[in-house]
Formats: sequence, C-alpha cells, structure tokens
Amino acid sequence: MPITYTSGEQVEVYRFSLPVTVGVPLLALFVQAFVPRRFPGFAVYVDLPLLVTIFFAMARRNPISGLLTGAVIGLAQDMLGHNPIGIYGIAKTVVGYGASSLGVKLDVENAGARLLVTLGFYFMHAAVYFTVAHGLVNMTQTWSWPRGLLAALANAFLGVVLYFVLDKFKQRT
Amino acid sequence: METVLGRYRNLIILVGVLFLQVLGLAMQVKKNGVDEEKTRLIRIWAVNAITPLERTLVWVENGSGDLWHNYFYLRGVRAENRQLKEQIEEMRLQQVRLADDAAQARRLQVLLAFKEQFISHTVAAQVIGSSGSDLSRIIYIDKGEKAGIERDMAVMTSDGIVGKVLLVYPSVAQVLLINDQSSGVGALLEKTRLQGVLRGTANGEVMLERVMSDEQVSPGETVLTSGGDQIFPKGLPVGTVTKVGNGRDLFLNIKIKPAADLSKLEEVLVLVEKQERQAPAEEAVHMRASDILAQRLPSVPDKSAADAKSAATAAKTGVTSNAEAQPKAPLKEPGNGAKPGGLPDPGKPATAAKSGIQAPTVLGGRKARNSSAANGVPITLLPDASAKSADPDSAVPRKPDSSVTPIKGAQPNAFQEDTPSAQPNPATPSTPPQSSSQPPADESKPQ
Repeated sequence: MPITYTSGEQVEVYRFSLPVTVGVPLLALFVQAFVPRRFPGFAVYVDLPLLVTIFFAMARRNPISGLLTGAVIGLAQDMLGHNPIGIYGIAKTVVGYGASSLGVKLDVENAGARLLVTLGFYFMHAAVYFTVAHGLVNMTQTWSWPRGLLAALANAFLGVVLYFVLDKFKQRT
Repeated sequence: METVLGRYRNLIILVGVLFLQVLGLAMQVKKNGVDEEKTRLIRIWAVNAITPLERTLVWVENGSGDLWHNYFYLRGVRAENRQLKEQIEEMRLQQVRLADDAAQARRLQVLLAFKEQFISHTVAAQVIGSSGSDLSRIIYIDKGEKAGIERDMAVMTSDGIVGKVLLVYPSVAQVLLINDQSSGVGALLEKTRLQGVLRGTANGEVMLERVMSDEQVSPGETVLTSGGDQIFPKGLPVGTVTKVGNGRDLFLNIKIKPAADLSKLEEVLVLVEKQERQAPAEEAVHMRASDILAQRLPSVPDKSAADAKSAATAAKTGVTSNAEAQPKAPLKEPGNGAKPGGLPDPGKPATAAKSGIQAPTVLGGRKARNSSAANGVPITLLPDASAKSADPDSAVPRKPDSSVTPIKGAQPNAFQEDTPSAQPNPATPSTPPQSSSQPPADESKPQ
C-alpha cells in the first residue's frame, strides 16, 4: 500500500474554481437530501458531504482551509435536519482539519490510500458526532458496529470513485 | 509570542471555530429543549438553496413518469380499470353499512354529549426531499405557509399517519416523521383500548411505550391514534403490532410497523383544519343506512308521472302494464330503458345496484330498518339500464354525498353534476368521522 511520507515541498497543492468550490458541496447536499426519497438506505450508509469535505481538505492541503470547508459543509447539513445546528458542523470541522493535515504529510493520491483515509475519517466523524450529540445536546443515539462498518466501507468505496471524478476539477497552483 | 501564535496558528483557529460552534449549540439548547425560532433564518437559507432543485427534479421526474405511464405503458389498464370499478362498487356498498354503524355511534355521542373531531380540510402535498441523515428523520413537502400550512399540523396518507409539521417556510414545510427519536404520538390499541405513546428509535423503528407489562398485547393488533396529543385526531390508523417484549420499568416493549410506508412517501395529506363539535341530533336520528342506500341508488320515478307514462304507453300499444298484470312480481328498477317484462311498480320505492348484488347481503341483515326496506318491500337489485346505456362500465348513478371521500380517478357521474344538493347529507361536513378509519378527505388535489 503506497502511503508514503513526503515533505511539504514534495506534495502538490491544488485549488479549485469558485463554481466547483460552491457547486460541488451544494450538489452533494442536494443529492444527500434527494436520493433517500427513493432509496432510504442511502442516508443510512452514505455521507456525501463528508466525502466532499475529505476530498477538498486533502487536495488543498491547508488545515485552515480544510477546517473551514468542513465547518461550512457541516453547518449546511445541520440546517437541513431538525437537530441543533452545529453537530455535523463540529464533526466535519475536525475531519476537515484532520484530512488536510494528513494531506500535508502523506501522499493520498492513490486509490488504496484514499480508501483507508476515508475509512478512518468516517469513524472519526462518527465518534465526534456521537460525542457531541450525547455530551452537548443530550441526544440518545445508538451506535451499531455492523451498520457502522458497512457504512464506512460504502463511503470508502464510493469516495474512491468520487475522488477520481473530482480530480478532474483540480487546478495546480 | 508571535512565534507561538505562528506555530500553533492552525490549531488555534481550529479551537476557535470549534468553540464558536459549541457556543452556538449551547445557545440553541435551552432548558426546555431546542429553540427553533432562533435558528429559523439560517435554516431558511439552507432550505431555500436546496429545495428549488429538488422541486424541479421532482417535477421533471413526475412529468416523465406521467408521460410514460399515461401514454405509453398502458398494458393491462382496461382489466385493472374493470377490477377497480368492481372494487369501488363493493366498497361503496360496504360504506353504506359502515355509515349505519357510524350513525349509531353518533346517536350515542349525542346522548352522552360527546364532542368529536372531524377532518374538515386537508392539503395534498408532494414529498420533495429529506434531511439526508438517518439521525434526523424528516421530509420536506412542497407546500408551506402560502398553502395554509402551519406548525404542528398532522401529516398522513390514506394508509395512516406520517408525522407532524415541524417547520414552515413560505413554499416548503419540514415534516417530522413518527419514526424519529424526538417524535411522540398518542396512540391506543384498537382491540384492548390500551393507551400508550408512540416513539421512534435511533434505528428508525416505531415503538409503543407506556403500556404496562401485565397487559395482554398480541402481534397483529391494530394501533390507532388516541387524539391525546392534540395533533392527530382520534382513530387514524398508525400501524400494527409486530413484536411484543418486556421493556424497562414494568412497561412492555411493543414494536409497531407503521401503516404508511415511511420510507417511500411520495404524496401526503396535511390536515389543515379540523373541527371539534358535538354531533347534531337531527342528523343522527333521521338518517340511517338504508336511507343513504336509497339516496345513492336510482330512485323510482314520480308516481303520477309514471302513471301518465304507462297510460300513454298502454294507449299506444293497447297492452296492459306488466305492473298491473303481475302485481306480485319482485320489484325491479326500470331506469329509462326498462327491459321487456320488467316494468316497474311505481307505487313502491325501489332501489337498484349492479346485477347480482342483493341488498340483504349488502346490508348485513339490516334490510328492514326503514325506508323501502322498512316498508316490508323485498328489494331486488337489478342493473340500471339507463346507467348502463350511458356508460356500460360506469358505476350506478348516485346522489352526491360529500361525506364520501372522492376516489381518485373515478369518473363523476351525471347525477352528481345535475343535482348537487338534492339530498341532505347524512354525515355533515365534508369528511367522515374519525372513528370510521376511512381515508381523509382530499379536498385539494395535488397541483
């Protein structure tokens, strides 16, 4: 599995056009809200906004940019639900920061690395979400390991495909 | 100092952003729960950014679906149509029997000075999206403030309840489904009349809570709304019991399968107006099932007119009326184009329905309560020739009755159009009482 340690100078930093920066997260939120209307399992196993957060954070390789991207996407996701605003926001802020920090240190351009990174960040996201939901909002959420594992795998595989598509929008700095 | 700030800049910003969000969360969560009003504006922005796209896509999806289903894919439609019409006939007659029970219940309610709730107005809406998260089980519908929708209105389908309106935007509303964890509905078991609280679980299941463990509850039992939550009127179908187990604190753990398929909602009805009033005594006393049946089925022509007509016919043909020649023949409904040998006895009230349906069977032994049946006249239901000649497949013409929930796709008959208010309506306002478990009236069709 070629996850190689690289120095900050060796890794490439990418940027994205404004339409992509705004449009892709919006599209992810839209698909996430629309598809469960027909396929209810989609909302259970797939978190497209999380995948988009990870992708942008890893590609930009800037922790501040990553955490802000995560915060904005997470807050927007919160706004579509009925739970207090900020739970997804906090979880995705942490993921965005983590993904961009990891992107600085590791080469995450290949499929295997991306699969593992997405798997890891899915669990990190779930852990932060449940901690905040339990600790701050007093929501009673139950964690199911089989479902969590399935969801993590589904997101990881979908993420690899999605990142491949989104790679086309990258612009070298 | 500058070195420290520069070195830990990213971490400081992360902590700052997290702190702000935690602060925001703390402000939203108050002692009495989440303050929805404060978060309303930013939710509006998000909803307004997403829902136009969803609305457009749903419109395109429905348009293409309609085009395919209404113009191209029509295989088996005739057979299905015929089958559905037969089903409608059966259900209409069954409804007459149920109306008798409802009338009896109403009489008792009058005696006991009960108040009952009626669904007087519903708005049909289309589901355009969801929250996209299994931790927040909500849906978005394409009707909002402009359509008269308000917070805490009940949302249902013809199968059963769906949820309640949580937030209302100008043209969109957010509906909290009954399988969400924060949802709570007053419910009761149909047979045992045990009351409980319906709650969603984290897994999206629906549980009936607060039923004592020493009570007998069996799987398959139907669950209805109890009306105790002041949102759902009493008697709406909720679902059926699928599993019963022992829970905590001497309560049973009752798993419910919702009557409405919450995972595949497309159209829903929002209960925008319900009336609570006492059942009027005169309606309850005077109208009976046989009256309603008599109203719905083709009536006998006016005696004098029929006599004049038969006299004229006899004068023309020189033949005595069959009614006079065969006074003991079973009463038959002639319609306008009566069959040979089947002329009516105009002096007796008669009813008719589709061939092969006998009134005593339909009324379930209640044939001689009043009206034509009470007069001791045997009722033989024969096909209405006039109705058949107009539309061979159509239902027997009936008088209008707004208590009957309009059935989508059923053709309006001529009688309804001609005499819109010829008869008193037995069941007042436009909808049936809740206890009859009938689908709610859909007064506004989907646009």
